[in-house]
Amino acid sequence: MTGNDNLVEVRDLKVHFPITRGVVFDRVVGHVKAVDGVDLAIPRGKTYGLVGESGCGKSTLGRAILRLTEPTSGEVFFDGAEVTGMRARPLRALRRRMQMIFQDPMSSLDPRQNVESILTEGLQTHGIGTSRDDRRRIIGETLDAVGLPRWALSRYPHEFSGGQRQRIGIARAVVLGPELIVADEPVSALDVSIQAQVVNLLDELQESLGLTYLVIAHDLAVVRHISDIVGVMYLGALVEEAPSDRLYREPLHPYTRALMSAVPVPDPEIEDRRERILLAGDLPSPANPPSGCRFHTRCPWAQPTRCADERPALRPIGESRVACHWAEQIAAGELRPHQVDPKLTRPDGEGLNPAVVSAPSEPGSFV
Amino acid sequence: MALLEVDNLSVTFTRRGQRPVHAVEGVSFSVDAGEVVGLVGESGCGKSVTSLAIMGLLPKQRGLRIGGKAVFDGTDLLQLDDRSRRDIRGREIAMIFQDPLSSLNPVVPIGRQVTEVLARHRGMKGEKARREAASLLERVGIPDPTRRLKEYPHQLSGGMRQRALIAMAVACQPRVLIADEPTTALDVTIQAQILELLKEMVRESDTALVMITHDLGVVAGLCDTINVLYAGRVVETAYRRPLFANPRHPYTVGLLGSIPRLDAGRGERLTPIPGSVRDLLPWADGCAFAPRCERQIDACLGEPPALVPGAGGHAYRCVNPAPTPGSVPAPRAAAADTDAVPSPDPVGTEVPSSVPAETDAAPGPGPVGADGKEGPA
Repeated sequence: MTGNDNLVEVRDLKVHFPITRGVVFDRVVGHVKAVDGVDLAIPRGKTYGLVGESGCGKSTLGRAILRLTEPTSGEVFFDGAEVTGMRARPLRALRRRMQMIFQDPMSSLDPRQNVESILTEGLQTHGIGTSRDDRRRIIGETLDAVGLPRWALSRYPHEFSGGQRQRIGIARAVVLGPELIVADEPVSALDVSIQAQVVNLLDELQESLGLTYLVIAHDLAVVRHISDIVGVMYLGALVEEAPSDRLYREPLHPYTRALMSAVPVPDPEIEDRRERILLAGDLPSPANPPSGCRFHTRCPWAQPTRCADERPALRPIGESRVACHWAEQIAAGELRPHQVDPKLTRPDGEGLNPAVVSAPSEPGSFV
Repeated sequence: MALLEVDNLSVTFTRRGQRPVHAVEGVSFSVDAGEVVGLVGESGCGKSVTSLAIMGLLPKQRGLRIGGKAVFDGTDLLQLDDRSRRDIRGREIAMIFQDPLSSLNPVVPIGRQVTEVLARHRGMKGEKARREAASLLERVGIPDPTRRLKEYPHQLSGGMRQRALIAMAVACQPRVLIADEPTTALDVTIQAQILELLKEMVRESDTALVMITHDLGVVAGLCDTINVLYAGRVVETAYRRPLFANPRHPYTVGLLGSIPRLDAGRGERLTPIPGSVRDLLPWADGCAFAPRCERQIDACLGEPPALVPGAGGHAYRCVNPAPTPGSVPAPRAAAADTDAVPSPDPVGTEVPSSVPAETDAAPGPGPVGADGKEGPA
């Protein structure tokens, strides 16, 4: 790992939040392990998509990379420089190069600032632009890039529609000329027809400005669309990481499979035919995660040995990295999913024993 | 006559000094027992107002005008007085709301909230009601129901709360269930559980389900008939297969084109609908979608387009509809079964997939592959 073509490198990052109890003296009674040992690298100019359900720590990981949340341990490198442990002044200078887009544009934009002031604030802080006119020019170009009209400058956030507000949020990030943009659920607050506009805008900006993205989202279809590499998180750790095409064609981790089978596809032909892996129950509490493999309590493929007592490390299989003891056996169809606990449902009338067909017969024939 | 028939429903909010807001204008649809009807649309299209109007839950205020009919089993729900409406609501027609945390009472234990329905409509009391409530919770898949009865909503997870809400809705075995975005607040794996549960309800107890959602994916797997709403009007109605295979209204086409799909490749551009939901024309001046529409012609303006009935119950409100082979989802060879009422697919039929290029089957971990490596059919 030389860091030459990786803009961001994260090594064994942990973010633990203390749980305190008591009125006068706060006793620490435990920790919520929001992020618990994540390794990842984001190549320059590429998009890394982070998916997972709510509470899996994906947003915390994104914030910890920018040091908006202080990591408990581990290292983050940005363009070769260590971000963790950096002093405030150089960190602030570095922040110009790494920006964030937030989920809800209404609550992340100051309602009492007009668009010009929102966009100028960052420029002033970082001392970009020599004069007021120069800044105006930069802002004007940014507005063009994100597809907002010039008259937007004197308006306030509430005067815009949801999609336009998100464009303001994107403009605020882009105006500083960053290299990395962490986008935390950039489209989930928007309507379907607007989502597509914003997704396309992010794509265009990446092409024209050579940006590197870390896109955090719960919607697999969006992440799949926008990312080159996708990492799947479960309870604070990556369970699988793969180039996006491969991940969708041949998911190796049982959780990835379940997640993907749960995403509704807007096509009745497919919906009627496909099999669903319904996971039983909810996400376990990150304050008290299960021993061994975090997923073994809900995993249809869990085995009596290893799964419950040995935490699987992320290990490479082909182009993917998977944290599962039995990934090869599952992919090869040697292991059968259980029938009882997590419910497997199949299309109506298919009437076959789930144990017989649920595992693909050979790697690659997965989909 | 269908079980619930909504005919020309309109809801208008007027306020002094402001233009009246036509939230819903002439929406008609019907549901029969064991049938699932979907109302799909983006925020502000009037789908929730429709459901609230049917249930009589819109706040009574000056300036609210509800027109049209909603006939349930021979009685027009909109004409009922409060007392008789309360007898029907919860017993015959029940509703599942979007956000379980804000629709459950936070200071009352789950058990009390479920038994309340049982006491009101089925006259159950005490231990009997508690036992029934526990069995309801169990039915919707809440583990350890007797303990959960004593817990408060904040102690349950999001999926569990939604299940509790469903338990309350189905407590009296209603004949019509209206679900207003029941899975929007939930994670996909939990959403899959809830959708499966709803399907089971429809199958087992022959409930009629009105599914209100913005997610075309959810609708594709669940609904028999789909109504697409835009700015308070139904712009397209069809059985689900023809709708997805062969959308006619440009708005439906646009919606389908803007959804990123699991099975499409990286870097394929989406085709979004330009503008936003705010850019609309009042229906009186023509088609509300015209300002955002690519197929806009002069005839779109002037007067509201009429609903054009097509083959097999397919109807659309457009003067210049998209050409017959759906332009956004790839044309499908399975057009032959478009006239068939949606029914479970015969086992093992190889349905030509609409998926473009490389992958040619479902993205879910299904064993059914177009490559023919399928289990014994």
